[in-house]
Amino acid sequence: MIKKGEWVSIHKIILQPSERAPQVPEDTSKVPLEMWVKGFLQEDANIGDEVSVVTRTKRIEKGTLLEANPYYKHSYGKFVPELLQVSEQVREVLFGGADNE
Amino acid sequence: MSKDMSYAAVLGRKPEIMKKSVGIDFSKYESGSIAFDYEQMMRDVEYTIEDVKNIQQDHGVGNTPIIELRNITELARKCAPEGKGARIFIKDEASNASGSFKARRAALAVYQAKKLGYKGVVTATSGNYGAAVASQAAMYGLKCIVVQECYDSKGVGQPEIIEKARACEALGAEVVQLTVGPELFYKFLLLLEETGYFNASLYTSFGITGVETLGYEIAMQFRERYGKDPDYVVASNAGGGNLTGTARGLKKAGAESRIIAASVNLSGLHMAADTQFNRKSFTTSHTGFGVPFSTWPDRSDVPRSAARPLRYLERYLTVQQGDVFYITEALASLEGLEKGPAGNTALAAAFSLAQELDQDQTIVVQETEYTGAGKHIQPQLSFARENGIEIKFGNPHDEVPGQNIILPSHPSMIKAQDLDVDNMRRSLIKNALKNYNVTEPTKEDIKFLAEETNSNEEFVKNVIASL
Repeated sequence: MIKKGEWVSIHKIILQPSERAPQVPEDTSKVPLEMWVKGFLQEDANIGDEVSVVTRTKRIEKGTLLEANPYYKHSYGKFVPELLQVSEQVREVLFGGADNE
Repeated sequence: MSKDMSYAAVLGRKPEIMKKSVGIDFSKYESGSIAFDYEQMMRDVEYTIEDVKNIQQDHGVGNTPIIELRNITELARKCAPEGKGARIFIKDEASNASGSFKARRAALAVYQAKKLGYKGVVTATSGNYGAAVASQAAMYGLKCIVVQECYDSKGVGQPEIIEKARACEALGAEVVQLTVGPELFYKFLLLLEETGYFNASLYTSFGITGVETLGYEIAMQFRERYGKDPDYVVASNAGGGNLTGTARGLKKAGAESRIIAASVNLSGLHMAADTQFNRKSFTTSHTGFGVPFSTWPDRSDVPRSAARPLRYLERYLTVQQGDVFYITEALASLEGLEKGPAGNTALAAAFSLAQELDQDQTIVVQETEYTGAGKHIQPQLSFARENGIEIKFGNPHDEVPGQNIILPSHPSMIKAQDLDVDNMRRSLIKNALKNYNVTEPTKEDIKFLAEETNSNEEFVKNVIASL
């Protein structure tokens, strides 16, 4: 159970595939337009319930409860060895040679 | 009675929503045909370049340093024919509040919102502009909503866009994230209608006037330090505002620097396609925005865009994704400057351009952007690899956007390609006739189209006759 007043994220379908703009490409026209937004939960609820939240601008949005205390998981990614190779190469081209050994 | 919320009905209410939310009556600039009074629209901003500079300086924006890239220049000379290799400089726009030149645009837009008495601002952007508006709104105590196109239908988001969402939230904004599609504009209109907030559009006369200080500063700083104007200024190009504002600012300073546009070549990828969204490694500064916005500026979120790059650019260079990743790594490894990749699009183009020019010529790359988790070459390449994009060394011109990223196997392989600017001029004229449904353009239209394309009336008439 997630308590009223907690900071949560919700998900909502904004437009069903049949309601989408006429100009969207074929693959996009087959999927709905979805929205994610965060706010303060307005009633005690469980993940997956239909809920209301009050956002940072005090708007009310309704949607399916996804997560309490959502946080960012993006990072610096996995090691990409090619970048080290570029770094070595540009220094070699510019400063390389016997004089610098 | 509740309002009709269907896509068609909300788009139908666009003119009234726009009028209320930008505080500009665009109808007074219209001729009733293709032509409109662009310069009058810009003059009506009513702030002198000094006013703009003061507004920006009071809010952490502007006066960014110009840094000479001596080692990158030396690297270009190693790759260039004897005697060639112009000096390359970079304007470190990452030092603005919010970490990019977009702070200049936001500074004026948000100032205007505050002055007109709006309680908040809304902006539709997946880019650096979101954090720029959020940052300025925080300073003025205004509420802020940023609407982002962020995820594909599997809920997978570009790390770069997710980082921008984080930055906006860190600066106190509300972030509304959507899946791929042009209907972002539908949600944007609904939010403007619901809140009555100001539309901090990237494309109003305020936004573009805010960028004019960038061009103006380049001229002034360059004169002070080197006693002359730069010969070339290269601007990364997407929606056209960066280039337009910079070029206008250079003109206001009386500089005659030649203006070069640069974009990452993403030809073959459809920007609104759900399955292609995460197959590109650049979310801005690419041809998917740069070409359509140059050849039809009024596709933006205001009736008449103030960003009109074909009026100013002399050449339009494209570089490959692999070129920009390579030069971004080189900038860190040779110059000690770690910056976000999208802002280095112009640097990759300048590296190639420098090799055509004599060593006493000068090129200013007019922006850098901040870097961080998600918004850095390592996570972007790592994300591409996880999405099945092949990353390898070779000739970047063999790159197929969406399938592979080819890092140049030697820096001499970074070769920018010229887009056919005359062809773009023809497209603009064709689009203008089509979108305004005009078969008999007026005398005023011909004059306007000559200005729009930086050509002449003869050129415009010939293009029209050939259609």
